[in-house]
Formats: sequence, structure tokens, C-alpha cells
Amino acid sequence: MKKHSWQEYQKDVADDKYYYVRSCIRQNFFPGSEAAFLNILRNDLHRDIREDAIHTSCTGIGYHSDIVPIETIMTVVARQFALMTESGYENFASSCITSFGVYSEALEMWHEFPEMEEKTREYLYKATGREFRKPRSVAHASDIIFHHRDEIASKAKYRLVNAATGEPLRGVEHIGCHYAKIFPKNGIGGAEFPYVLAGMIEAWGGQVVDYPERRHCCGFGFRNYLVRANRGYSIANSQKKFESMAPYKPDFILTNCPGCPMFMDRWQYTIAEMEGITYGADGHGIPVLTYEELAGLVLGYDPWELGMQMHQVDVEPLLDKMGVEYDPSAKFLGKNGKYIGQPLDAAVNCGCSGSSIL
Amino acid sequence: MLRQDVRVREGLTACMNCGVCTGVCPAAEFYNYDPRQIVTAVQSQDDDKIEALLRSDTIWYCGECMSCRPRCPRGNTPGYVIQALRTLSQRLGFFVESEKGRQQLALKRIIGQSILDTGYCVHPKLVDPGLHPEQGPVWQWIYDNDQGVYERFSPNYGKVGPGACRKIDDETLDEIRRIFEVSGGQAFFDTIEAHSERKAREMGHEHADDDYMMMVYTTNSGNHQ
Repeated sequence: MKKHSWQEYQKDVADDKYYYVRSCIRQNFFPGSEAAFLNILRNDLHRDIREDAIHTSCTGIGYHSDIVPIETIMTVVARQFALMTESGYENFASSCITSFGVYSEALEMWHEFPEMEEKTREYLYKATGREFRKPRSVAHASDIIFHHRDEIASKAKYRLVNAATGEPLRGVEHIGCHYAKIFPKNGIGGAEFPYVLAGMIEAWGGQVVDYPERRHCCGFGFRNYLVRANRGYSIANSQKKFESMAPYKPDFILTNCPGCPMFMDRWQYTIAEMEGITYGADGHGIPVLTYEELAGLVLGYDPWELGMQMHQVDVEPLLDKMGVEYDPSAKFLGKNGKYIGQPLDAAVNCGCSGSSIL
Repeated sequence: MLRQDVRVREGLTACMNCGVCTGVCPAAEFYNYDPRQIVTAVQSQDDDKIEALLRSDTIWYCGECMSCRPRCPRGNTPGYVIQALRTLSQRLGFFVESEKGRQQLALKRIIGQSILDTGYCVHPKLVDPGLHPEQGPVWQWIYDNDQGVYERFSPNYGKVGPGACRKIDDETLDEIRRIFEVSGGQAFFDTIEAHSERKAREMGHEHADDDYMMMVYTTNSGNHQ
């Protein structure tokens, strides 16, 4: 029953002509993923996707830290919709899950309380002179990769298969909370059986491994990470997930939220440094990937062009299992191949590069 | 006053006190925290109980993951109720009466100021490795070599134009600031500052200066579990 439960929650994802808005966290920590998303859509799938230089943060981190009022964030959201309208697009595509929840919340609240929509339009016009039409569709970027997963599989250079044994690689997935917990009908598979990442893993030859705390939050908790005094909350919740998934010996963790991959990557480092505990089967860390990184690897993109050198936990064990060809010496090069130094090694690293911090 | 917030109207109809929200809540696992009791207090419409909540640490434990929302058998959203309580606590100035509530000043000055100055909630130079040791040696390398690292993915790093971590142009930033002025965001920031200033003096600080902000940003009495 559970294998097909996701099919009860379907959503229509536009096939082409997207208006793309970036994520504050992702462009900081995973700029290669956002670049890969645009490259895959434009160059591999030949779709039309517009990125506008004058869009901004949706202010969602401020909203969920409770310093930005709901009226203000709705007006910022309205400005993003106005830019989309002015560009002649109707299919809104969000890189960020927090933003995806925010856009969905604004549309839902405007539906429930039309006077709020009216007030928002008034604020926007007064502040900027802009007007907007609501999008015909709102998708998270992972919805769009999911939508094109079979086309990506048909162009695959590598599959999620152990090149040495022929066995499927084992992936655990972690869905960002605001993808479907706020509005289950807006997520593929809903809140309980989200399929957006599992569908990618299966389409590209891997095996999805279930684990008890699959739906537990990564531990971001907004103010619980952003304020230093509160970070125990964040690491404790990530640790709960690592301990739940580690016995299943995953080859990788796949995520679709801005914060989740960063926290699951960095907290593995912190736990290793503080307690000497690592969760990977090889005594190091479990590589944590974004869905664009995984799609990019499958399509044959260079891992360093995908930005995987910006991870704290090394990805090389996964690359080796997949049989991906890469140049270890190119990992820490800057633009135009210039060497810009390299990080110290840590306990979660596999000694592929750098010197030890210990 | 709480009922004026659409998140209370949307997030609370009739709670039957089953506790599923508490069972699934990451904050309830970590803190001495029970969202069910908060919803019960709000549902009671007892002003004294609600004011006690607004002055307490309790309302600041939630991580707003919204895991409670899909699980509630009555369709309530305790997370929405928390958001409304936090907003009211700040409007009335009660947030400064608790250790966790006072942290709103740090969030306003770090995230809020970043939105107005850069157009982003977060940008690379805001994540100082000195304040974020958990970010590790790779982030230190990125922080020290930001130009070289980011330009590999974004031709407009720190410059106007499309791409990751681009500079957002002044005209756009002016629009964002006007949105904050017109929609009440700037007034809300000013309210957080004013009440923090009052509390800082009450606590023996000369002003709600950087020392006070660092104090609220780092203080953990250890009385929350």
C-alpha cells in the first residue's frame, strides 16, 4: 500500500517556461546547484527558464524568525509575482523550500482572506508602483527535476549503481519540512509519503532506503540555529536523524531544502569533532547531496563544476562507487583553474586531500 | 487581539487536546515544551494565561518546522498560533521579559538588517567562521577565498546582474525598504529596538548596544530542558 500512497497526492508541474527565483541559503552554500539547475533545464532539457537580476529574498528566514510581519512578507512576495508578470511568465519556480512554503501560504491566505490580498496589492502599488497577476503554477525546483526525471535518465552518463558490483546504490532521502507539511496537496506525495526525491533515486537506478526518522526535521528551526545560544536544538535533531539512518548503511543522503543539506553536512563534522562519532560505513561521513548535484552527476557533469568541493563531508566515496571520472587535483581550484589554497582535513573527510586538523 | 491575526483564525478552531502535535514536535523533544498546553491556553481565552505566555520563554522554543500541521486530526496548526503569539509579544513589548524572547534583537540586527542592506536574509560574509565554528574548515576556506570560489559558479558574484550572490541594485533595495515602510516592517523593527533599549537599561547596560546584543545572542541559562 505504502509504495503507491504518494500517488494520492499529485500536482501539475508545468513542462516549460519557468520564472526562477533563487534561495538565500542555497546561493551561499550551494551556488553550483543553482547553476546546475539552470544549465540542466536550458542545455540538457532545452526548456525556457528566466532568472531576473532584480528579484530579492522572499524574507522567509526573517518571517519564520518572527521579525518580519506577515503583511510585509506578503508584499515582498507580491513584488516577486509582479516581476514574473512583467516578464511575461506564469509558471513560478522557487529554488528554496522556505520560500515555496511562503508563496503557497500567501496564495492560500489570499484565497481564505481576500481582504489581505487587496491590502497587499495596495501596499505593493504604494511602495513600488507595481501590479501583479497570480502565477498559474508554483513549483519547487525539485518538482521540476522530478517532472523531467525520465528524460534525465534517458540522457544519463552514469547510473546510481555500484560500478564494481552492479548493485543499486542505497539512498536515504530527507524532504524539507516546508515542502509539504504546510500544504500537503502542493507536494508530490503529500506530507506522509513524499515521492519527489525517492522518484529521482528510483528513476536513476538507485534504491531508496526507508528509516524510522525519515520525516523528522533536520533541526534548522530558524531561531534555533540562527542564535548561537540555541544551536543545541539544531545539532540534537540532526543527530537523531543520523542515528536513525546509519544502521541502514546509506551510500548518500539526498535533500531538497536549502538548509537541510548544509546542516546534515556540517553537523556530521561537528559531532565527529566533539564526540569522535562518524556515521558513514567507511568510518567517515555520509555524503549529503542536493537533487541538482545528483542529477548533474547522472548527466555527467564534473563534480567540481557542481560545487561539491563546498561540502564538508567528502563526496569522493560516492563518486568512486558510481564510477564517475573526476580529477582530484582540480577540486579546490578557483575560476580559470587558479589554485586558491585548500581546507584543512577533518575527521569526516576521507583524506582525499588537504592536511589533518587533528 | 490574537484573533485579529489570520494565523490564529486559520490555525485554531477547536483543539481536543490529543497531544499529537507534542508527540511529533522536535522542540518538545529538546526543550521542556508542550505545544498542546499553549493551544489549550489560547483556546481558553484567559487573558492572564495568555499574557503569562507572551512574557515567557515557552513561546520561543518552537522551530516553526510545521510538523504539527499535517498531523493534527482537527486541522489546527499550533505553529501558526505560536507565530501569532510571538508577533503580539513583540508588539506589546513583552518579549524582553524572557531570555529567549530577548534574542529577537539579535535576529532583527543580523537577519533584518541584512535584508535591508543586501536584499538577502543571508550572504556569505554574514556567516563569520568565528561565530560559526560548526561550519568547519571547508567553510573557512570558502570564506577566505570567496571571490575565487563563487566566481566559478556565478560570473556576477558581488556585482549587479543575474547569478548567485550577486549585488542587488540600489533601485531594487529602495523598493524593498519602501515595502518595509509601507507595510509595517520597519515599524516592527523599530518596536523591537525600542523595547530592547528599555530592557537593556533596566538590566544595567548603558544602551542596547553591540555588547547587549552579543549577550542576548550567546546567553543560555541552561534552564530550558
